[in-house]
Amino acid sequence: MNDPLRFLRVTKSFRRGNGRVEALRDLDFAVSPGRITGLLGPDGAGKTTLMRLAAGLLWPDQGEVRVLALDTRQEAPQIQAQIGYMPQRFGLYEDLTVQENLDLHAGLQGLSDAVRRERQRELLTLTALGPFGRRRAGALSGGMKQKLGLACALLRAPRLLLLDEPTVGVDPIARRELWRIIEGLKQEGATVLMSTAYFDEAERCDEIILLHGGQVLGRDTPAAFRAPLEGRTYLVREDAIGRRKLQDRLQHRPQVQDARILAQGVRVLVTDAHPHPEGAEDWRAVGATFEDAFVARLGEATPRHPVVAAAPPAAAAPPSLETIIEVRDLRRFFGDFQAVAGIGFEVKKGQVFGLLGANGAGKTTTFRMLCGLLPASSGTLRVAGVDMRHARAAARARIGYVSQRFSLYGNLSGAQNLAFFSSAYGLRGGRRRERLAWAIDEFELGEYRDVNADDLPLGIKQRLALACALLHEPPILFLDEPTSGVDPLARREFWQRVNSLAQRGVTVLITTHFMDEAEYCDQLVLMSLGEVLAQGSPQEIRASARDEAHPEPSMDDAFIRLIEAHERDMRRSS
Amino acid sequence: MNARRVKHLIRKEFIQILRDPSAIAIAFVMPVLLLFLFGYGVSLDAKHVPVAVVVDHPTADTSAFVGGLQQSPYFSPTLYPSIHAARQALMQRRAEGILWLRTDFSRKLAQGASAPVAAEINGVDANNARILEGYLEGMWQNWLARRAADQAASRALPIRADPRIWFNPALRSRDYLVPGLIAVIMTLIGALLTALVVAREWERGTMEALMATPATMGEIIIGKLVPYFLMGIGGMLLSVALAVWLFTVPLVGSFWVMLLLSALFLLAALGMGLLISSAARNQFAAAQIAIIVTFLPAFILSGFIFDIRSMPVPIRLLTHLIAARYFVAILQTLFLAGDIWPILLKNGFALGLMAVFFLGMTALRSKKRLD
Repeated sequence: MNDPLRFLRVTKSFRRGNGRVEALRDLDFAVSPGRITGLLGPDGAGKTTLMRLAAGLLWPDQGEVRVLALDTRQEAPQIQAQIGYMPQRFGLYEDLTVQENLDLHAGLQGLSDAVRRERQRELLTLTALGPFGRRRAGALSGGMKQKLGLACALLRAPRLLLLDEPTVGVDPIARRELWRIIEGLKQEGATVLMSTAYFDEAERCDEIILLHGGQVLGRDTPAAFRAPLEGRTYLVREDAIGRRKLQDRLQHRPQVQDARILAQGVRVLVTDAHPHPEGAEDWRAVGATFEDAFVARLGEATPRHPVVAAAPPAAAAPPSLETIIEVRDLRRFFGDFQAVAGIGFEVKKGQVFGLLGANGAGKTTTFRMLCGLLPASSGTLRVAGVDMRHARAAARARIGYVSQRFSLYGNLSGAQNLAFFSSAYGLRGGRRRERLAWAIDEFELGEYRDVNADDLPLGIKQRLALACALLHEPPILFLDEPTSGVDPLARREFWQRVNSLAQRGVTVLITTHFMDEAEYCDQLVLMSLGEVLAQGSPQEIRASARDEAHPEPSMDDAFIRLIEAHERDMRRSS
Repeated sequence: MNARRVKHLIRKEFIQILRDPSAIAIAFVMPVLLLFLFGYGVSLDAKHVPVAVVVDHPTADTSAFVGGLQQSPYFSPTLYPSIHAARQALMQRRAEGILWLRTDFSRKLAQGASAPVAAEINGVDANNARILEGYLEGMWQNWLARRAADQAASRALPIRADPRIWFNPALRSRDYLVPGLIAVIMTLIGALLTALVVAREWERGTMEALMATPATMGEIIIGKLVPYFLMGIGGMLLSVALAVWLFTVPLVGSFWVMLLLSALFLLAALGMGLLISSAARNQFAAAQIAIIVTFLPAFILSGFIFDIRSMPVPIRLLTHLIAARYFVAILQTLFLAGDIWPILLKNGFALGLMAVFFLGMTALRSKKRLD
């Protein structure tokens, strides 16, 4: 009965339009004291609603939420004096400095001046924000904002810490630091409940609650989630054909529940504990991860729609050695600030080319110059044979672009958005009808034709945005952080679509801060502070970080090592 | 109520005000702009009105009359050879009115017969036409009276009007507009600015973080009330200073009474702003609602420009719901007439009721929850 957080048959619904939508249904669980509990689930599973109920910011329609043995309806003030809560957007005052934000929260938590000073010093050391005390919160990087938000929630060492997706949009270095802080809190006896979209973070939790459709689908340790999958995961290789073709072939077999591209080959989850090699395929057993468990559990809960690759269009061509994008010594200044500092790379036709980097690395600026949305300060920039410094409009007709926020009209329906973009791209008559029908069919948008874009789940919005960008059949597709905030299953489906496009000869440029997505790319550029740190295939980049301590470095490890080495160089040279 | 928490919330709000140019603009730049516009630009007075004069048969009497007309600051007369030409000028708006002294002007004047001057007025601008009509009549009476005096009171007029204008003897419309404008400015700060800054907290997700702290809803509301109350008083002092020293509007009544009643009005306006923000959680909606239900009525229905008594009954009843209406009456009384207690008490009581109502509704409606 001394569970720090307990949901007793909680139901919560919200009004939407004329009806009500149930966010949580008959939810019943408890969080064990002194542990880190991870909350995972697809988009719209009810994670944020659950967090808000736990913080006393929402009241349950039915049932009871008990925090530290107090009822959230009756005793919210006592609860809020003992918990720390960090909302998804950190809840910082952007025009207040780091110090002022901390002072405000210390004041609201009722800390005396002596305690406040002591505690703030500790937290500033812990979060390494000390040197930035006088900087405004709005001018901090995403990772620093997140640490400041956490510091504000930690001022009065909370007995229960609630973190709503604290690591979304944050680079691997900041994520690693955050975990160090969270594990430190656990040592001091705090209970932590955090929602996350990262599977590697789920593995680090003591316990996981899997939420789906407002109900608990499972609650266990990561190891227990993985156990039933032993012997069901394999790494499949076939040297003669590409990974993408192999994956396409594997995912259509009845025994294959999931097929995912990795650097070394295709990772497969099968329904029974046997390999199913065909032809020249090499099947090797590998250990199960939580991601497999997630896919398997949700796969049972929702029927899976494998992405059907439509017949390749006539223009389809195998990946060639033709250079379609050429960048040399590209620079961009904003005032005195150099956002992009002389970068160069080449993209071949039909490649999936990834631009990786933390927030503020210059990815989006580079991207905008490539799409002709922002003029370059200097350098060479050729896209599809067109010099972007002179003929931007001509090049724009040959590219498709999906921006970070999808750029859809929220109060237009799916069909209306498609119709608008088709006319914006100058499609007419029979071709227009044909392309609109193709978009609805290819992206399975039929049931969302008449739903306003604002009311669509994020994953469907992303599909609609992709459909809009492909209406004019561009040979090059630009995707700016298309998977940010989208749940793991939708991300996976999205990448299958990207793969099938690449197979048909479309060149895809993509930015992301999900390091696991880097594996899907043929070529990568790793950026930091406007410079290119490394480029090459995912294998090459990971190999560059290999040493005795890390014989098999992950992309995260590689990223962290490269950035740390780069920063050391910068310090040495300055 | 925890004093330390309230202190921190207030301090936070002031830091934000100082760093946010748009708050300063709404609180201090906009009032100055409005005051300049209404103080210098807008005038309801009729001066130097172009008038066409037609004299059929010039005599000593007619030239004395036209001479009097030329000296008046209200008219700038032009002589036209015929009534036809004068009407042409009226049609083309080169003249706003025509004075026609007919052939028998001198004869009828000597006999004391009625209406020897025909006046024709362009009624397109109804308000101006009425003013012009009144001016012409007044001028005619004056001229007759002076003429009678000049002729050694040979024949006394049976009745003589002796008008005396109270409170604004020079009839400057600026003296009447500027006090009312202060009510509009304080509505702007109290309702619009407050609704906007609370909506901003919702938009940026800071409200969620505030609510998850031990601070109570009452403390969060006081944390908003105090800073914007002080801003509103600041805006009022700035406007009064400009009114008195720049636009030379006399302040006849007591400054302290004005400060007290302004505080009461400000509480009502802040209550409206907070109530709006409890319903509208984004800045666009908050601004729309605040402008439609507070700012525009303060402009149009408060009696600041348009006289409430001449409005149709339904609209007149509606004005009773507009807090600015009571405050405009108070300000115009205090500035021009002085401490007329029956008016001040009656309107002050209405403001107090509204302040209690809006702040009470805000307190009732504000739950420390997100849905």
